[in-house]
Amino acid sequence: MTIAQMDGREIHVDQEGFVTEYDDWDPDLADLLATNIGLELTRRHREVLEFLRQDYRQQGETPTLRRVTAVGGFPTRELFRLFPKKPAKKMSYVAGLPKPVGCV
Amino acid sequence: MTTTMQAPVPTFDDPDTEGRKLAIICSKGSLDMAYPGLVMANAALSEGVEVHMFFTFWGFDIINKKTLGHLKFSPVGNPATHMPPSLMGLPGMTSFATHMMKKQLQGLDIPEVPEFLDLITAAGGHLWACRMSADMMHLDEDDLHDDVEAIISAADFVELSAGAQVLFI
Repeated sequence: MTIAQMDGREIHVDQEGFVTEYDDWDPDLADLLATNIGLELTRRHREVLEFLRQDYRQQGETPTLRRVTAVGGFPTRELFRLFPKKPAKKMSYVAGLPKPVGCV
Repeated sequence: MTTTMQAPVPTFDDPDTEGRKLAIICSKGSLDMAYPGLVMANAALSEGVEVHMFFTFWGFDIINKKTLGHLKFSPVGNPATHMPPSLMGLPGMTSFATHMMKKQLQGLDIPEVPEFLDLITAAGGHLWACRMSADMMHLDEDDLHDDVEAIISAADFVELSAGAQVLFI
């Protein structure tokens, strides 16, 4: 396990930089994580992140892209626009969650 | 061991994988042979890979409006079912096996074929139909899933898959 200095405090991350402790995350950290990968968060980004966080808390795993669309109600096209190229991984990184493990 | 350090940042936009392309030739129309192509296409798209799917021969059933919602799994001649071959040909066995497979897929929250096609095109995937198969089956674009971009020849597909990794299923 690695502890990294981010946002003026200590954050638990894995080797790639994904936050490993659910409670280390807050919306300010999301801004910083987003900047790390070249994104600027809008209100819509935050709505997606909120769904991811909430679904993770209920299900115990990061929702797949399809679940974010089917259950969260965010159209796939929009997710690709908000988090270009690799939406599933980028969303989970900014949301402070592990990468989704599902195949679909 | 716990160490404190500068936070690593994942390399989502690795220049080495920039411009990567995957072309999938779907030549089979049974339920169990439709899914590998759909799953791989969807996974590649969510990794930022450009994806082209080319449907040919029996693979046409995956994009034919009349059949795409009713693909079947036949256990006949499939040793992977681990069931006595003599039973597999009994009447009703195909619909039973299809029902069981669909139930398993549903349990894993895997979408059915029509929704999967929508998902793939929404993620920017391209669907193409084979000219020869269309001619053989007397089908035109109106008979195919609305997101099929065109009916193209084998040579057209070779051209558009230039530089792609090709999967034949």
